[in-house]
Amino acid sequence: MIAALVILPLLGAIIAWLVPDNRLRPWLLPVFGMLHGAITVDLILSPPLPSLQGWIHLDPLGCLALVAISPLFLACSFYAVGYLNYRQERSNRILCMGLLVCLSAMSLTSVAHHLGLLWLALETTTLVMAPLVYFNRNARSLEATWKYMMICSVGIALALLGLFFLAYSMLVAGHEATLLLDQLVSRAGVLSPAWLHAAFVFILVGFGTKVGLAPLHTWKPDAYGEAPGIVGALLSGGLVTCGVLGLMRIYQVCIAAGDTTFYRDALVGLGLLSTILAAVFLVRQADFKRMLAYSSVEHVGVIAIGLGIGKGAIFFTLLHLLANSLTKGVLFLTAGNIHRSYNSKRCDVVHGVLRRLPWTGSLFLAGFFAGTASPPFGMFLSEFGIIAGSFAAGRPVVTTILVVSFAAAYLGMAANVLPMALGERLRESERTLYRDSFLTVAPPLLLTLILLLMGLCFPLPLARLVHNAAFLLGGE
Amino acid sequence: MTQIADQILVFVLLLNFVVLGSSRLAVSVRIVAIQGIALGLLPAILHHFSVHLSFISFGMVAVKGFIIPLLLTRAVNRLTSKRESDPFVGHIPTLVVGGICTALSFAFAGRLPLAPEHQGLMIVPAAISTLLAGLLVIVTRRKAVSQVIGYLLLENGIFIFGQLLTTAMPFMVEAGVLLDLLVGIFVMGIIIGHIRAEFSSVDTSRLTTLRDV
Repeated sequence: MIAALVILPLLGAIIAWLVPDNRLRPWLLPVFGMLHGAITVDLILSPPLPSLQGWIHLDPLGCLALVAISPLFLACSFYAVGYLNYRQERSNRILCMGLLVCLSAMSLTSVAHHLGLLWLALETTTLVMAPLVYFNRNARSLEATWKYMMICSVGIALALLGLFFLAYSMLVAGHEATLLLDQLVSRAGVLSPAWLHAAFVFILVGFGTKVGLAPLHTWKPDAYGEAPGIVGALLSGGLVTCGVLGLMRIYQVCIAAGDTTFYRDALVGLGLLSTILAAVFLVRQADFKRMLAYSSVEHVGVIAIGLGIGKGAIFFTLLHLLANSLTKGVLFLTAGNIHRSYNSKRCDVVHGVLRRLPWTGSLFLAGFFAGTASPPFGMFLSEFGIIAGSFAAGRPVVTTILVVSFAAAYLGMAANVLPMALGERLRESERTLYRDSFLTVAPPLLLTLILLLMGLCFPLPLARLVHNAAFLLGGE
Repeated sequence: MTQIADQILVFVLLLNFVVLGSSRLAVSVRIVAIQGIALGLLPAILHHFSVHLSFISFGMVAVKGFIIPLLLTRAVNRLTSKRESDPFVGHIPTLVVGGICTALSFAFAGRLPLAPEHQGLMIVPAAISTLLAGLLVIVTRRKAVSQVIGYLLLENGIFIFGQLLTTAMPFMVEAGVLLDLLVGIFVMGIIIGHIRAEFSSVDTSRLTTLRDV
């Protein structure tokens, strides 16, 4: 069943390559998205035993990643059909293939229990996204693609070196070098501390680049800003989830090794820097897609802080990861609609979205509230939990900085989003062909409803899953 | 055997400096190719013969010694200006910083414990200083091709460290790493082609439209 999770999307990519018709091809995405979703549900209800000598193992953390990725992809896939309808002028073959290959690599990341395999899958997601960022084929998207490609390739290469260090720390301890997670965790106590520290630093920098922790986030606003909305949604929801999963795997080894002060402080430090920097750049951001990128930097920072605080905060960090993925889906998909309709992504051009596109406008506004952790959405619960956890862990300074930067980010985003949504329609603003349609509105609507459900009455089976995953990370 | 290996590593370190000091792109591409071939020989020298290792050696020499240099040479040949004439940081300061980085990596490596069978080998400092040289090339050069060369240096550094683990790393992962590198360079090559078509140069300092004030 796990094999199907990885291989089916690849099969879909091959079919997408073969289908000649530009209108028919996008329909492959929802077909394979639904298949993927069905397999995910089946796997979570009856988790299979480890296979391939422990290389492949779907543990609660992996399940959680799948829960974050699969609905997001499904929403994006239906949206893609509607969106690509407006982009018939160019071939969508590479886009469809890329999305499906990316889905396959993301699934592999979730189920990999060999860190080398996990690295390969993550690197594949990076590579496959590069042509998708360049979908619009203009000078700006070219620049974004080059920065994305260069910075992320270097980052992920450093992570590989970190993984080598990790394997070598096993060898120095007199055991056979391995990158199998279960063996690393069970023998973490004997790993050479010097090498483990070095490994952690390199991996944090490497995967930190991938998820966009400050100060390694510089590619993020460019890539998110220039990529089509649907690619932005998958980058900030799907790929971030996978990158964070990579960090969590290393974290599992580090906490098993004991004496975690160094690792925790490094995570909290980078996380705080990210939230502060994001709050600064969110204020007066002229481009609403870049604004969403900084919002993503903020949330990645919150996740890093949550991991660093540990204990009670872990449960909420995982919740945050889940909510982040879905929220980013809502925001980027609706932002894509607004971009289509106004033919601009500048905040000073876009006004009166609620009047021009009532559905998209209200969903974008809802996404804004969800993304700034307002009640009753899922993120309110998770951010509140992380703040409470950091208080309980006796870190008043961290808590204060966190609360202040949340407030600043909220105000900064509100100053951009509210005039966009409410304001009067500008007379001279361009008229475009885009109108809200079922396929471009229903997917973000569904994601919003899930987020509401998370905030109002958190489903018990999901809570149990998050709890089990938190247990793996030393949460309470 | 470790003596020959150490001599190869010294040779590799010297090649780093040639890349750091050279302004001609074609030369840099060739130097990185030679470095790749030299590194491809390392597994054969350091470890006992096995099918798995000879595959890695062969793959390394083929990919880093021939396929990637060929791709890059083709990219360079299509350029009008074949030199890195005006880097962000001059060649002499880069060489000095490169020297400092090499010294630092020896100091850093001295602090890390080695497994008994690897005592007396230069692998760790060589790996880290090659990696740093690559990073240095990436941040100081303007031309996209130069940045790809820097990325290759960085990958070579990681490969050197991988020698400590070659017997332990499963074949699939190593083959995958090489394949990913190849695809990565291929994608970068395509982007370089588009950059040239769009801006009629591969000067990445023109890629400055996207920024926050």
